[in-house]
Amino acid sequence: MSAVETSVAAVRHSRARRSRRYVVVVSLLAAVVLVIAAVSLCVGAYSLSVPDVIRTLLGGGEGRESFVVLQLRAPRLVLGMLAAVCFAVAGALFQTLLRNPLASPDIIGVSGGASFAAVFAILVLGLGGLTVSLFAFAGALVVAAVIYLLAARGGLNGYRFVLIGIGMAFMVNASLNFMITRAEVRDAQEALVWLVGSLGSARWPEIALLALCVAILLPLVAATVPRLRMLQLGDETAVGLGVNAERVRLVLLILAVALVAVATAAVGPIAFVAFVSAPIARRIVATGGLALLPSALVGIVIVTLSDLVAQHLLGSVTVPVGVITGVIGAPYLLWLLAAPGRNGRGD
Amino acid sequence: MTTPHELRAQSLRLGYDGRTVIDDLDLLVPDGKVTVIVGANASGKSTLLRGIARLMKPQAGAVTLDGRDIHSMPSSAVARLLGLLPQQPVAPDGITVADLVGRGRHPHQSWFRQWTTTDEAAVARALEETSTTELADRRVDELSGGQRQRVWIAMALAQETDILLLDEPTTFLDVAHQIEVLDLLAALNHERGTTVVMVLHDLNLAARYADHLVVMVSGGIATSGPPAAVITPEVVTAAFGLDCLVVPDPVSGSPLVVPKGRFHRGDRAAS
Repeated sequence: MSAVETSVAAVRHSRARRSRRYVVVVSLLAAVVLVIAAVSLCVGAYSLSVPDVIRTLLGGGEGRESFVVLQLRAPRLVLGMLAAVCFAVAGALFQTLLRNPLASPDIIGVSGGASFAAVFAILVLGLGGLTVSLFAFAGALVVAAVIYLLAARGGLNGYRFVLIGIGMAFMVNASLNFMITRAEVRDAQEALVWLVGSLGSARWPEIALLALCVAILLPLVAATVPRLRMLQLGDETAVGLGVNAERVRLVLLILAVALVAVATAAVGPIAFVAFVSAPIARRIVATGGLALLPSALVGIVIVTLSDLVAQHLLGSVTVPVGVITGVIGAPYLLWLLAAPGRNGRGD
Repeated sequence: MTTPHELRAQSLRLGYDGRTVIDDLDLLVPDGKVTVIVGANASGKSTLLRGIARLMKPQAGAVTLDGRDIHSMPSSAVARLLGLLPQQPVAPDGITVADLVGRGRHPHQSWFRQWTTTDEAAVARALEETSTTELADRRVDELSGGQRQRVWIAMALAQETDILLLDEPTTFLDVAHQIEVLDLLAALNHERGTTVVMVLHDLNLAARYADHLVVMVSGGIATSGPPAAVITPEVVTAAFGLDCLVVPDPVSGSPLVVPKGRFHRGDRAAS
């Protein structure tokens, strides 16, 4: 074999190995998701077998089965999956664009901005329904824009972005607590959903709206993925490879904020899903790629599994899913900050 | 293999936040040659390279490639002609050498034209020319500094540009690896005919590897030309504030700068 042929073979071998690993990881994660989904649909006060569930999903269920599966369990499962995809992909984008594992929308106050605006709409303006979700959307956008404008002066710096974001998160949370402690007990109860993410409110119309947003946003993200991969090599290298680094970053940040905003508007801020999904997925895939699809699948596993635990494994108590994801995410944050060589700068 | 190009800076003014670093600079990069930019710290040599590489937008004047302003050309069209290796590129955690070098093919790809055998051949050739074929499957973060720099150069080679810009490609390398990298770039210039423009710190290595030397002093070009004509004790004193002797390099014959200092005045050599 000539030297050129040897090199071509080496390139081919290395690329094949990488894509094989990717396919295996994605298949395994998809299998895990399927199992969790099956369990979610079967288990509960009214237990069903897998064949029963499949028959019901295909439209052949009896009245009670249909109600339990199609009106109670399936909406909850689908809503959790959609929100998980939004949070996980948004987290992966933020962390990549700002080159910092702490730069996740739930850490830097973007989700907090959505919660604040929603609670403001409920408690101060006395609003309800879809209007509250619109406020949540606007809240996330405003917080993200403020952080961007403060951090972008003299060139965008990921580290400064994170520090300003953490400051914003504190401000937003303080304002939230202020409003809650001043509110009537019954109003505060309603506002509580916006402090801890919950899948309890799942109804098909809201789910359809979220699904529509996801169907618009994800293809836009996918279209910019090749350029984002160049951005991973640093802004200067990316410009050398013909990528307009600043414009791509701005467009993707807007898409990521939109993903967080629509998901938070639907289910509230499910803690730490955006923060942990991509790092876990990238650790499993381990090829230095973006791993957006594996991140989304990891996010789904975290949310659906946490919801199973929240509903069934705590005895007679059921808690919102965000409580469980918080319990998973907090130790990871501590590890990230304490582990050697990790100072939050991410470089 | 390469086609001739005219890369030129005209009345160029570059700066940061209102502070002007380079003013009214004119430069014609000789086609098919190795051009090395030298100068003291803060003389503007890296700024000039960043301006040529379109990392900075000129405050006045323009950088033109074949007569067209590089900022008005489509970015990917420039990237097919002009490659860049910055001083501190970032390798994502866990990326393999083959994957990283493959990303150099980005300007040649589009939605309709994803990875092809042409890309594969370009990457294979880049690996071979930088002697990194046997590293193809290794993770970049496991490599030594010298290996890693060869891999980054391979990525720039995979881009297959006729012009290659490098910002201090030998920083952080020991002397043996500095020579290895510069030999690699010289070979690339001889064999592919690639025009090389780089910033170097080491005057003697610059004099040895440059066909065309550009000496920067406080944001302007003090002098430029073949190293033998450019490097004189007067020029070195003006550019670096360094008292020195210039003797022929016993290996290459290029000018060799021998610094004088407070304790080594070279009086014995003079007497």
